[in-house]
Amino acid sequence: MLHTLAVLVDNNPGVLTRVAGLFARRAYNISSLSVCQTENPAISRMTIVVEGDDQVIEQVTKQLNKLVVVHKVSDLTREAVVDRELALIRIKVKSETRLEVLQTVDIFRGRVVDMGKSNFTIELTGDEEKIDAFVRTIRPYGLLELVRTGKIAISRLDT
Amino acid sequence: MEESANIKCENIEPKTGARVLLDALVEEGVNIIFGYPGGAVLPIYDALIDCPIRHVLPRHEQTAVHAADAYARVSGKPGVCLATSGPGATNLVTGIATAYMDSIPMVIVTGQVPTNLLGTDSFQEVDITGITLPITKHSYLVKDFKDIQRTVKEAFHIAATGRPGPVLIDITKDVLLTAGEVKAQPVKVDLKSYKYFSKGNSGQIEEAAKALAECQKAVVYAGGGIITSGAQVVLRELVERANLPVVTTLMGIGSMPYGHPNLLGMVGMHGTVAANYTVDDCDLLIAVGVRFDDRVTSGLGHRFATKAKIIHIDIDPAEIGKVVRANIPIVGDALLVLKELLNKVKPPELSKWWEQIHEWQKQNPLLDQGRDRLTPQMILEVMGELGGKDAVVATDVGQHQMWAAQYYPTSTIRQFITSGGLGTMGFGLPAAIGAQFAAPDKLVFLVSGDGSLQMSIQELATLVQYKLPIKIILMDNGVLGLVRQLQRLFCEERYSQIQLNNNPDFIKIADAYGILGIRVTSPEEVSDAIQKAIDYQGPVLIDFIISPDEIVLPMVPPGKVITEMVGR
Ligand SMILES: Cc1cc2nc3c(=O)[nH]c(=O)nc-3n(C[C@H](O)[C@H](O)[C@H](O)COP(=O)(O)OP(=O)(O)OC[C@H]3O[C@@H](n4cnc5c(N)ncnc54)[C@H](O)[C@@H]3O)c2cc1C
Ligand SMILES: Cc1ncc(C[n+]2csc(CCOP(=O)(O)OP(=O)(O)O)c2C)c(N)n1
Repeated sequence: MLHTLAVLVDNNPGVLTRVAGLFARRAYNISSLSVCQTENPAISRMTIVVEGDDQVIEQVTKQLNKLVVVHKVSDLTREAVVDRELALIRIKVKSETRLEVLQTVDIFRGRVVDMGKSNFTIELTGDEEKIDAFVRTIRPYGLLELVRTGKIAISRLDT
Repeated sequence: MEESANIKCENIEPKTGARVLLDALVEEGVNIIFGYPGGAVLPIYDALIDCPIRHVLPRHEQTAVHAADAYARVSGKPGVCLATSGPGATNLVTGIATAYMDSIPMVIVTGQVPTNLLGTDSFQEVDITGITLPITKHSYLVKDFKDIQRTVKEAFHIAATGRPGPVLIDITKDVLLTAGEVKAQPVKVDLKSYKYFSKGNSGQIEEAAKALAECQKAVVYAGGGIITSGAQVVLRELVERANLPVVTTLMGIGSMPYGHPNLLGMVGMHGTVAANYTVDDCDLLIAVGVRFDDRVTSGLGHRFATKAKIIHIDIDPAEIGKVVRANIPIVGDALLVLKELLNKVKPPELSKWWEQIHEWQKQNPLLDQGRDRLTPQMILEVMGELGGKDAVVATDVGQHQMWAAQYYPTSTIRQFITSGGLGTMGFGLPAAIGAQFAAPDKLVFLVSGDGSLQMSIQELATLVQYKLPIKIILMDNGVLGLVRQLQRLFCEERYSQIQLNNNPDFIKIADAYGILGIRVTSPEEVSDAIQKAIDYQGPVLIDFIISPDEIVLPMVPPGKVITEMVGR
C-alpha cells in the first residue's frame, strides 16, 4: 500500500542525500518525493510517497526519526488530508482538434499556459487520479511531453 | 598512560582552526588520539606538537580506527581517530563500519582538501562523508571556522548518547589554517532534531513485571545493550532474585560472569545447546539490548521463540519490531529499565523449568577435549586459569573467535573485545592495542588466527614502539579455519582457497620486530608458555600449532532453526 509521509528536516545541503541514502540502504521504495522550504526557512518539508505494508512503514518512520537532520515524521495516509500534484503537459493540436482539447482542459479545470502553432501547454493541479484521468483522455490527441511534480499533502485537522 | 582529563592546550589568541579543533577535543575529555598524518591534516599535526593530547601512530589507518574503537569498548568513552584526506580517509572505512555495526561511540576526524578545490577531483580528494553515509550515526563537513567548536561538541554528544555510534568530522584544510577568535565560554549542544530515550514507560515495565510473575518458562536474552548501559550488576540482581536463566549474544559476553549457575552460555549459531533449546522452548523471552541478529535467529525471525511472549527492551525504537514482533516493547536505557523492573519483580515458579534446563545441560555439555593433545579449547582454559579475572581478551574473526567466546571465562563487561556485527578479520591486533591504551595496567591477550593476524601484522611494530606488553595467542592452523569448516560440513569437503600456503615462520617474524616468540606444539608446553608470556615484560607472540581439523561445535547449519544443531 502507498503511504504519504510528511517529513520535516533541516534545510541544509546533504539532507536529501541522507534521506535518499536511508531509503536505498534499507531497500525501501520511494514512489514520489517533493521537497520545499516551510514557513520556517531553517526547515524543509519532504512529502514522500512510499510503498510498503504497515511493518515496513513503521520501520521507515523509525529509521527516518533516527536521522539527526529529521525533526518530525507524520504518516498522512490515514489522516484527513488535502493532497495535490501539479502537471505541465504539452499536446499536439490540429485545427480540427483545437476545440475538443480546449473543452477537455476546461472540464478538468486545467489552464492553457502556452499556445504554439501546433501545440498547447497545459497546467493542471489535482490529486493523482485526476491527473491520471486527464492524461488518459488527452493522450490520443498526441501527448508530446509530460512533467509531474511529486505529491504534496497537508493535514486538514485544525490544530 | 592516561593523562588527566582536564588538560588544556596552550592559549594563543587568535587561534588556528587546527588549534580550535584540538582545544575542543580536550574540552571533551580526549587524552588520546590514534592517527596517521598527511597533507590535508598537516595543520593538526603541527598543533599537536604543543598539545598535551597523546597521539599514537600505528602503521595503517585501519589500525587507528580499530584501536579507537577498542579504546571505546574497554573504557566506555568515545574513541578518537584522525586521518588525512583521500586514501587516509578511505582506509578508515572498514573500521568505521565495524564500529557502526557494534554500536560503538567514536569520533573520526578526517582532513579534506581546501574548500575552493572541493568538487574538482583535486589531489587526494574523496567524498568521505558520502562514502560513510550508511556507516556513520552522523557526519559533518566543516567548511567554516565558526563551526568547529559546535561541531565537535555535537559530534561527541551524538556519538555517546542513545544508541552509540561513530560520528565523522571532515574538515577542510583552509579551515584548519584559518586563524580567528573563538568564544571562551563553552558551547552548548542545541540539537532540536536529535532525540534519544532514557527512561522506559512505567506502564510497560509494569506489564513486563506482570508477565514475569505469571510465566513458567522465562529466559533473559542479554546483549550489547547491557554493556553500553553498564547494567551488568542490576541484571545479575534481577536474575538472582527471580532465579532466571540467562543466555547472551556474542556482544553480550561478560554481562553475566562465566560459570554463574544461571548463565547458560551464548545463544545462536555457535551457542550452547541448552541456550538454544531454552530460547526455543521458553514462554517468556526477556530480550535486553539485543537486536535479534541473524547469527542468533538464523535469519528466521518468524520461527524464533515462537511459544514465547516477548519483552523487548532497547534504547533504539527502530530495533523493536524489526525482526520479531514484541508483545511488550520497552524503549529505554537497559540500566534504568532493569532497575525499575527489579523493584517490581515477583519471582515466578520456575523449578520445573530449571529441571528441564539442567537436563539439557547435562546431556549436551560443551565439548571437553581433555588435555592429551593440543586443542584450542585447552589453550583458552589455561589462559583463563593463569590470566586472572581482570585480563582483557581481544579477538580476531574466525574459529578462534568462537572458541574464545565459548571457553574463555570472561567475568565482567568490557573485557571481551570482538567484532560481532561486521566480523572484521584484522580487527584483533589493532583492538588489542586500543585496549591496552585504555587499560594500561591490565593484562591484554589477543586471540587470533594465522589468516586474521596477517591482515594487521604490520602492527607488531606498534607494540614495540609503544612498549605494549600484549600477549598474542596465535591459533595457527595453516588455514582459513572457519571457511574451511563450512566447506567441510556443507560443501562435501570441496576445499577452495582456504589453504594458507607459505605462511611465514611467525617466530622469526616476531623476532624481526623485537618481540618474544614462543612456539608450542604439544599440550605439555601450554601452561609454561602462557605463564612465561604473562611474566615477560614486553609483547609476546605464542604460535600454537593446532590441527586444521578442529571445528567449532555446536553449530546451527545455515538456514536451520536454532534447535537443529550439529555436534551435540
Ligand atoms: C563468525 C561469527 C559468528 C557469530 N556467531 C554468533 C552466535 O553464535 N551468537 C551470537 O549471539 N552472535 C554471533 N555473532 C555476532 C552477531 O553477528 C551479532 O554481532 C550479535 O549477535 C549482535 O549482538 P546483540 O544482539 O547483543 O546486539 P549489538 O550489536 O550488541 O547491539 C546492541 C543492541 O542494544 C541496543 N542498545 C544500545 N545501547 C543500549 C542501552 N543503553 N540500553 C538498551 N539497549 C541498548 C542497541 O540499540 C542494539 O539493538 C557472530 C559473529 C561472527 C563474526
Ligand atoms: C576482512 C574479512 N575477510 C573475509 C572474511 C571471511 N572470513 C570469516 S572467518 C575467515 C577465516 C579466518 O581465518 P583465521 O583468521 O586463520 O582464523 P581461523 O578460522 O582459522 O581460526 C574468513 C576468511 C572476514 N570475516 N573478514
